[in-house]
Amino acid sequence: MGKKLLTLQNIRRIYSVFFFALFVLLIAVTDFRNMKGYEVSLFLELDPLVSLLSFLTSWTVYKGLALSLLIIVGTLLFGRFFCSFICPMGSLNQWVSHFFNRRRPADDYQINAYRKIYRFKYYVLTALIVLAAFGSLQIGLLDPIATITRTFAISLVPALSLGTGGLYLKQPVFYGGIGIALLFLAVLFANRFLTRFWCRVLCPLGALLGLFSGFSLLRIRRDVEKCTDCQKCLRTCHGGCDPHTELRVHECHVCMNCIEDCPEDAIHYGFPTAASSVHAPLDVNRRRILETGVAGALLFPMMRSSVTAETTPQPGVIRPPGSIAEPEFRRRCIKCGECMRVCPTNVIQPALLEAGLEGLWTPILLNKIGYCEFHCVLCSQVCPTGAIVPVTVEEKVGKPPHDKPLFIGTAFFDRGRCLPWAMNIECIVCEEVCPTSPKAIWFETETIKLRDGKTRQLKRPHLDTKLCVGCGICENKCPVQDKAAVRVTAIGETRSRTNRMILEL
Amino acid sequence: MTSREHNTETEVNRRQLLIRAAKAGAVAGGALLWGALFYSREPVRRRDEKIYTFRDYRAPEPAKTDSFAVVHGTDREKMVRAAVDHLGGISRFIRPGERVLIKPNVGWDRQPEEAANTHPALVGAVVRLCLSAGASKVWVTDVSVNDPYRSFARSGIEEATRQAGGRIRYTTDNDFVQTDLKGEVLKIWPVSRFYHEVDRVINMPIVKHHSLSKCTIALKNWYGVLGGRRNRLHQKINESIADLAAAVRPTLTLVDATRVLIRNGPTGGSLADVSVENTLLAGEDAVALDAWSLRYLDLNVADVPYLGLAEQRGVGVSDWASLNPVEFSAG
Repeated sequence: MGKKLLTLQNIRRIYSVFFFALFVLLIAVTDFRNMKGYEVSLFLELDPLVSLLSFLTSWTVYKGLALSLLIIVGTLLFGRFFCSFICPMGSLNQWVSHFFNRRRPADDYQINAYRKIYRFKYYVLTALIVLAAFGSLQIGLLDPIATITRTFAISLVPALSLGTGGLYLKQPVFYGGIGIALLFLAVLFANRFLTRFWCRVLCPLGALLGLFSGFSLLRIRRDVEKCTDCQKCLRTCHGGCDPHTELRVHECHVCMNCIEDCPEDAIHYGFPTAASSVHAPLDVNRRRILETGVAGALLFPMMRSSVTAETTPQPGVIRPPGSIAEPEFRRRCIKCGECMRVCPTNVIQPALLEAGLEGLWTPILLNKIGYCEFHCVLCSQVCPTGAIVPVTVEEKVGKPPHDKPLFIGTAFFDRGRCLPWAMNIECIVCEEVCPTSPKAIWFETETIKLRDGKTRQLKRPHLDTKLCVGCGICENKCPVQDKAAVRVTAIGETRSRTNRMILEL
Repeated sequence: MTSREHNTETEVNRRQLLIRAAKAGAVAGGALLWGALFYSREPVRRRDEKIYTFRDYRAPEPAKTDSFAVVHGTDREKMVRAAVDHLGGISRFIRPGERVLIKPNVGWDRQPEEAANTHPALVGAVVRLCLSAGASKVWVTDVSVNDPYRSFARSGIEEATRQAGGRIRYTTDNDFVQTDLKGEVLKIWPVSRFYHEVDRVINMPIVKHHSLSKCTIALKNWYGVLGGRRNRLHQKINESIADLAAAVRPTLTLVDATRVLIRNGPTGGSLADVSVENTLLAGEDAVALDAWSLRYLDLNVADVPYLGLAEQRGVGVSDWASLNPVEFSAG
């Protein structure tokens, strides 16, 4: 035989398996017990779409996002290698296409031929860039790394835990989790009809890297003198980039398959030779790009004319501790779900419409599900984009040198539902669990006249707004479970200068 | 003109007809059988869940009259050994091969200095002691109020237990079994299954202030066996504590009064709330141990109604002096 094992194709396969495994591993260790300072958001930080578009919204290349320069520079040298070597979403889609389809070779040639619909991703990218330039970061909806991270964090890991019972002590649940799961399954299912549908048609990161790859030095090259036009190079092509003719280099994932598929040894990866074919230019319709840009420019002011947590404070939009002010938060959050993955109490939930349509899947705290653990700052440590900036425990709880704790909201008693207030029943669970010292929830022992004329002593809770940090454990542990008698809303949050009610705080 | 689709049925002979009739009959019979077997006037078939009761974990030999030690010191390992030795040695409580469960207070995501949880050095010492007595398994468990992983890790108890050779049992949602507490207010409640899988239970509470029950020491520590919505117990807290104390009869109780949380309990959170007392109590009468410990919180037996209720239920005596506690220093 003497078949070469260390081909470029096999090297690519090894990389994609390695990076996919690394991605899964990093998701797996993103919890209190296993996080030991690992760069758990590595893949999001490598993502140039995240760094470039969040740069457009806020003019910074935030911390770890500088790692994306590796991918940008790499793409300028090697082409869209990220898509086939590194991207876990790309690898997953490729494997799904491969394992779920049994096609005749003739169909393979057809499936992997270039189609005009592949232009669509450039329009998606245009819309996202225009929105970002105006200050709305919506890449989280379609960025592949954010999408796969969110789906793994919110759907897959909890599902695995339900199946095995071993990953969490308390099974996490997420509002709208099934929606996120179904969207992802739909993306995977699309591979039944078109190999790597996501990567070829939708992926805005693929489009961005496609633009960069127009500059790439090393490329797939077809030797026109050796080539017999058999088109076998199309058979397993990942990108659908026409390696059999003038290669569409912007679409090429440099998967290296065509090199191995070519019976004539006419394809190589590297610098051009005298016999190398020319490459096709970027295939986009300029009119469509212009339309998309105009549509984005129109959409932005319309979007900003609807009520969001930014225009009007929303009681339910309690952001994780360390979150920056809402207008800035919008410019940074990519809805990746890392904070939801790491939260030990499951309190961080993907918003549906609470924060407005723009705020879809951004993190909010639902104290009915969990509560913010007083000494926990994990969510602030995993956020790759600085929507939540790292805070220390001292900063959060207000230990020296910090004179005040971090307020994320304020609790309010609903005396119509509170057992001691409404029903003359002893309770004050809220006081017991209140974590501040002194406790923000205090009580007064009152002598109550009962219906039958007898009297009894009863402790009735009150709230000291100056001490309440809004952690929500009172709401979470309240025996009036379905709609607690003490509930937290966002008012008084440190991150906002306007969402305040008390003069002195 | 005939149809272009002209595949017609083949003719059926008697044999084939009989076979077909038999098949149809079998399916019809199956349907009837299914209906007959599963006909029910109830909408859902429920399997009767097994209801557990606590076994009696008390030491096989009767308690000695002076089974009450008060040990002062700073070396928690030595204090534990001295206290247990005074009660007759660990072999009086743990027989070789027995499975032991230790129940410290690990309710909160707090560090040892904050005195919201039992001190980890005490837990480690007791784990070692049990293993030295030949215990086949030594488990440490609690049903924490805060996140259990955080509570066990930051209280230091996870590390202390691991180093001593014991095992932490985290109680997950699936680890609760219905248990009849046979109390006056507490009947059937979900209880951590680990209690039903051991021979001996050692209660290791810490002395803390508590707004509603005034104090949380040995008797209130049994809240930590329960799952479910146990917050409701606050509505009749004294009766609940007495019921729990009557239901769970531990082998031995060691009360951590090395650092006492004197206000803002049971969570604490500030060193200003902690009073350093360097004391460990050991005994078999939890009511007496609780009553003795009230001094740290400026309370009397009359201030704490659950002590009287527990005494009525035969859990112990609140008149601790009648047990002749022996007070000494060690370590």
